[in-house]
Amino acid sequence: MMLKHFDFIKHRNIFFTISIVLTLLGILSLFIFKLNLSIDFTSGTRIDVTANKALPLTKVEQTMSDLGYQTEQTVQSGQNNQVTTIRLNKELNRTQSASISDRLKQDFGNVDVSMSTVSPQVGRDLAKKALYAVIIASLFIIAYVWIRFEFLQGLTAVIALIHDAFFIITVFSLLHIEVNILFISAVLTIIGYSINDTIVTFDRVRENIKLSKKRLSTLEDFGHIVNQSIHQTITRSINTVLTVLFPVITLLIFGSESIRTFTIALFVGLLCGVYSSIFIACPLWAVLKVKHLAKRKKKRTIQPQS
Amino acid sequence: MVKKGRIISFFVILVVLAIVIGLTAKPIVNNIKLGLDLKGGFEVLYQVKPLKQGDKITSGTLHNAVTAIEKRINVIGVSEPSISIEGNDRIRVALPGVKDEKSARKLLSTTANLTFRDSNDKLMIDGSELEPGKAKMEFQNTTNQPIVTLQLKSSKKMEQVTRTIMKKTIPDNVLVIWLDWHKGQTYKEESKKAKPAYISAPRVDEELGKNVMIQGDFTTQEAKNLAELLNAGSLPVKMDEIYSQSVGPQFGKDSMVQTLYGGTIGVAIIFLFMLVFYRFGGLIANITLCAYIYAVIAVFVGLQAVLTLPGIAALILGIGMAVDANIITLERIKDELRSGKSVLSAFRAGNHRSFSTVLDSNLTTIIAAAVLFVFGTSAVRGFAIMLIISNVVTFITSVFGARWLLGLWVHGRALDKKPGLLGVKKGDVHDA
Repeated sequence: MMLKHFDFIKHRNIFFTISIVLTLLGILSLFIFKLNLSIDFTSGTRIDVTANKALPLTKVEQTMSDLGYQTEQTVQSGQNNQVTTIRLNKELNRTQSASISDRLKQDFGNVDVSMSTVSPQVGRDLAKKALYAVIIASLFIIAYVWIRFEFLQGLTAVIALIHDAFFIITVFSLLHIEVNILFISAVLTIIGYSINDTIVTFDRVRENIKLSKKRLSTLEDFGHIVNQSIHQTITRSINTVLTVLFPVITLLIFGSESIRTFTIALFVGLLCGVYSSIFIACPLWAVLKVKHLAKRKKKRTIQPQS
Repeated sequence: MVKKGRIISFFVILVVLAIVIGLTAKPIVNNIKLGLDLKGGFEVLYQVKPLKQGDKITSGTLHNAVTAIEKRINVIGVSEPSISIEGNDRIRVALPGVKDEKSARKLLSTTANLTFRDSNDKLMIDGSELEPGKAKMEFQNTTNQPIVTLQLKSSKKMEQVTRTIMKKTIPDNVLVIWLDWHKGQTYKEESKKAKPAYISAPRVDEELGKNVMIQGDFTTQEAKNLAELLNAGSLPVKMDEIYSQSVGPQFGKDSMVQTLYGGTIGVAIIFLFMLVFYRFGGLIANITLCAYIYAVIAVFVGLQAVLTLPGIAALILGIGMAVDANIITLERIKDELRSGKSVLSAFRAGNHRSFSTVLDSNLTTIIAAAVLFVFGTSAVRGFAIMLIISNVVTFITSVFGARWLLGLWVHGRALDKKPGLLGVKKGDVHDA
């Protein structure tokens, strides 16, 4: 395999540049396109009408406007477009949702109506909770890696992790895919999972440092260790990500529309996760480690004189 | 020499495993509780407000409200309701599998505060005077119309009230019966409408006792519901819907079938991949994966957790992640084999060295899942529980189980000098 002889340290700047550019692109995109937030985080109503065939869209919109509602977006999905999704920016009360449901059933035969409606207050609470969840989970993970490994490895692992999470957000913003509550689950799953690859590689780095009896100080020394460790673990990293990718891809193709955002986010996150742990985390750690050692050495040589 | 005993015990274990799974799979699958996103039904989050302005919502009133809701759900007859208090002033009610959503939602949120008022809407008697559990649906003798009969705690109050009303002139000599009257509603306005908001407004021409008969414009079902509602007791609070989700049964079923279908194909690919890449080690991994899937579902059912759509996704993903533990170990064993070790010592070293890696990677996922559980809504919680269970079970099946099963073959000396069976080419082995 070509990657087994690749010099990750020598070419590090290429990958650092790619990642920095992608991150900047994400920031830019968030400002320009923003995120397509679902009603989970804002407020309004989402109606899913399942029929046994594709419903005529104009007729559906006509029915809604007859009832006095302005639809914000109407899309169809499913294999035969049999699911019609209507978005309203208004929250509905009990009687309103009942009358919409009755009317749809009356106009389109015996269709199956699913509806969810969120008031602004609940949407805000949910967004707040989701943000807390991401921050708290990250803090716990940093603490754990710090305890099990060294601080610099914990730091680079978390940089790689934030890089992955942010890349998912970038893709969702650029492609304008709807962000719903399941998106948060996906991001958290990636946070928990992408760190695995990083940890497995660091694990090998730790072991190889112990095995090499030489005193390591230069970037060349650490670069050698890092390259060796990545070469040793790369098959495993790729294979494990493949085994998770298989079901994600089949879910993406065959799975329910309701979890589509979830599977897209996982797909993007898994690919980005394996990339960042191989090309970003380890080389970055080597660079930081050498800088740190050099600083300490400088301090030591200065101290006796003072 | 191949030690036959170990190989035989391997097959005995396999047979026992197959029998256990075969016998218990059906009852376990039948006991899976499906969430409303799979089964259809609805979930509502209520904002609880005090009935009278200025009153405060305490945890006591919240608990009373939950009890009243529980009684009403019994009236509807849902098998697996879930009612939970959220924060200081919210109640979440999920009713999977409800057939008639419209009337169920109405039944839940009506305060069911019965009041008797005069034609000027002045309160004469309120619901607290009702004798609990005495409301009944009956048919009137002469017209065979459905009616609701109730009993008051004492007849004195009713006698007094009817005496006053009797003295009024037509059309003001009425006793208006309201359900959930609220400020701004007046008898004068409503009586002009074809469908007034009050239940009925009988003319009073004689003194009444404690037995009250309500002749509204009821259907049999409506009369029955009203009687049961009154028996279940009024809500001590006002509840506004601030979030609601309702899923049609077909939509739920479709999502489940599609997701299971997609997942099964994905898992089949994983099995194939492991066989091709790790040969005999892959076969062992696949056996432990079957045990894993079975165990995760069994634990999930045992905990009486509710399976949601994200939960199914987590189960399928969990299989992909559980293989991770197998792959870490098998890769490690391959490494050791390539460095020239014998199958036995490579197996030992590989297991030993991969353990901490597997531990670290699983614990980080558990941390993320635990946080999700604490902060998530119901659907996300289903996902988080599944993720935690699968990570714990992975340890038992993919680490210890796989080690044990493969160990029987390795210690049985059946794999000696055959690194090819573990996916290592002869040419890759360095001489020690």
